Amino acid sequence: MGQETLIDEIRTKLGAAVESVSESCGDRVVTIRPQALRPAMAALREAPFDFAILLDMTCVDFSEPAGRFELVYHLYSISRNVRLRLKASVAAADPAVETLVGLWKNADWLEREVFDMFGVRFDGHPYLRRLLTYEGFEGHPLRKSYPWRLAQPRIRLKDKD
Amino acid sequence: METRLQRQARPESMLINMGPSHPAMHGTLRIMLELDGEKILNAECEIGYLHRGFEKTCENKTYFNLLIYTDRLNYVSPLINNLGYAMTMEKLLGVSVPERAQLIRVLMSELSRVSDHLTCLAAMAMECGAFTVFLYMMKAREFVWDVIELTAGARMTTSYIRIGGVRADLPPDWRASLDTAIRETRQVLKDVSGLLDKNSIFLGRTRGVGSISKEDALSYGWTGPCLRSTGIAYDVRKAHPYLVYDRLSFDVPVGECGDNYDRYSVRMREMEQSLRLLEQVAALIPDAAPLGGGPGLEPAEAILRSRRQRAVGPVLLSPNLEGSEKGRLPDIMTSDKPVGVPPKEDTYTTMEGLISHFLFFMSGKGIRPPKGDVYFSVEGGNGEVGFYIVSDGTDRPYRLHLRAPCFHIVSALEQLIKGRLVADIIPTFGSMNMIGGELDR
Repeated sequence: MGQETLIDEIRTKLGAAVESVSESCGDRVVTIRPQALRPAMAALREAPFDFAILLDMTCVDFSEPAGRFELVYHLYSISRNVRLRLKASVAAADPAVETLVGLWKNADWLEREVFDMFGVRFDGHPYLRRLLTYEGFEGHPLRKSYPWRLAQPRIRLKDKD
Repeated sequence: METRLQRQARPESMLINMGPSHPAMHGTLRIMLELDGEKILNAECEIGYLHRGFEKTCENKTYFNLLIYTDRLNYVSPLINNLGYAMTMEKLLGVSVPERAQLIRVLMSELSRVSDHLTCLAAMAMECGAFTVFLYMMKAREFVWDVIELTAGARMTTSYIRIGGVRADLPPDWRASLDTAIRETRQVLKDVSGLLDKNSIFLGRTRGVGSISKEDALSYGWTGPCLRSTGIAYDVRKAHPYLVYDRLSFDVPVGECGDNYDRYSVRMREMEQSLRLLEQVAALIPDAAPLGGGPGLEPAEAILRSRRQRAVGPVLLSPNLEGSEKGRLPDIMTSDKPVGVPPKEDTYTTMEGLISHFLFFMSGKGIRPPKGDVYFSVEGGNGEVGFYIVSDGTDRPYRLHLRAPCFHIVSALEQLIKGRLVADIIPTFGSMNMIGGELDR
C-alpha cells in the first residue's frame, strides 16, 4: 500500500480540512487547517486509517518572518505499518488550537510541553500547566525570541513569605 | 498555584511527596500522592528536574558538534542515541553508509540494548530487595561495556557513531572481548532467571501489578519492550528495517498482560535475541585488512619533510587515532563531502588537508543540509527513539526535537499506580526504565 493511496484516502475523507500536501526527504506531509484539527485527527484515529499511536508532537517557531507557529504531529498506524506527519499552522500573535486530549492519552503531556516551551494554548485542555520548567518560569524557552543562556530570576523560598 | 492533586484531594486524606530525592525515583521524578493509609487514591507526576535545554542548545550548535549532547540523552545506551541522530542526518543529507560501518553500528546498538536492559532490570530487582541480581547484572554490564570502551574509547559518553559512519574501526582484539561479553551475559541471564522467575516475593510484587491494556498502551504512545509486554509486536527494527536488520534473523518477544512481570520477561528474552544478533553480526564482519604502505614516518619527521616538499608515504599516528587512519576511512565513513572529518594524516601534512579541515569545522561551513524537515527513528532500549530535525540550509539546525520513548511511558505512571499500594510504585516505576536524561531533555 503506497503513500499515494493513503494520501488520496485522507484527501477524500477529510475534504476541506486538508490545506495542502507536500513532500520532504521522501515523506509525505499533510497540512491541516488548524480550525479542523481535532475532527481531522479524530477521523484519522478511527478505521480505515487506524492511527492508534500519537508518536510525537512538537512545534516549530516560524514567527520571524512568517508570523506563525507550526505544530507537527507524527502518527503511526500498526495495521498499515505507516507513519504520517501532519502539520497545522497557528498565528504567532495569539497561538491557540483545540486540544487532542480525549483522543490520545499522551496528548496531555505532549501539549503541556509545547505550552511550556512555546506558549501555544490548547483550548479545552483540562490541566494546561508547565511540564518541564516550573511554575513562575518567565517566557517560553524554545521560542526564537528567547535568548540562549538567559538566566531566570531566582525563585523565593516558600517559607520566607 | 495549587496542583490538581491538592485541589481535588479529600480533606481527610494524606498528601505526601515521593521524590525527587528518593532512592527509588532515580533522582529526577516527583510523585505527589494522595493516600488513604497505604492505598493511593490519586497521584500526580512532576518531571523536569533534569531539564537542561537539550533542544535549545542544539539549535545553537553545529550539526557536527551537537552529537556529544545526544550521548547524554539515554545515558545507559548512548550509542543508540548517536545512531538515531546520525541516521536522521543521513536521511536529510541523502548519504549512504559503507557496509562495514553498518555492521559495526548494529553491533554497537545491540550491545547498548543489552546494557540498557541489564541496568533497568538490575535496578528494578534491587528495589524489590534482590541485591544479588543487581550485582550479577552489573557484572555482566561491565563485560558489555568493556567491548564498547575498547571500540569507542569511552564507556558512556562515546560519540562513536558519527554522521556518515563511525569514528574508528574495531580494535584488533574485539572478537575476544565480544565473546567474553556474550558468554558472561548468557550465564548471568541464566542465573537471574533462576533467581527471579519463580521467586514468590518477586512474583508477588510484579504479577498483576502495574498492568496496562493494549488500548491504553497504544493511546499513551508506548513503544519498545513496554508496548511489547502487552502483546503488540511493534519493533522499529522489524516494522521499518534500517541498517542491516532485514538480513538478520531475530524474534520479537511479546508478553501477555502488560504487567511488571511481563515487562521484566520481555526484556530478559530480548537480551537473548540481542546476543543472537551480536553473534550473527560478528560473523558477518570480516577481519580488517592490514594497512598497506609499510612502516610509516614519525609525525615530527613527516611534518619536517612536508616543509620542504609534499610528504609521501604513511605517517605513524598517535594511539588515540587508532582505527581512524586514512586507509581505514573508506570502509567506515562515507566519502561524500563534507560529512566526515577529513583524515588527520592530510590535515597534519598537506596544505589542502589543513584547509579542508578548517572548512569542516569553521562556523558557517561544514555540514549544511538542504532546507527541509525530516523524522527518523531507531529502536532504542526503551522504545522508538526518534529525531525530528528542521533545517534552514545553515550549519545549525533550525529546530531539533527528540521523541523520547520514556516520556510517553512515564506519562502513564499516574494511571498505573492509582488504586494500588505505595509499595507497588517501586516495581512499576522500575519496570518502566525511566531515564532522566531523555525524559527531561
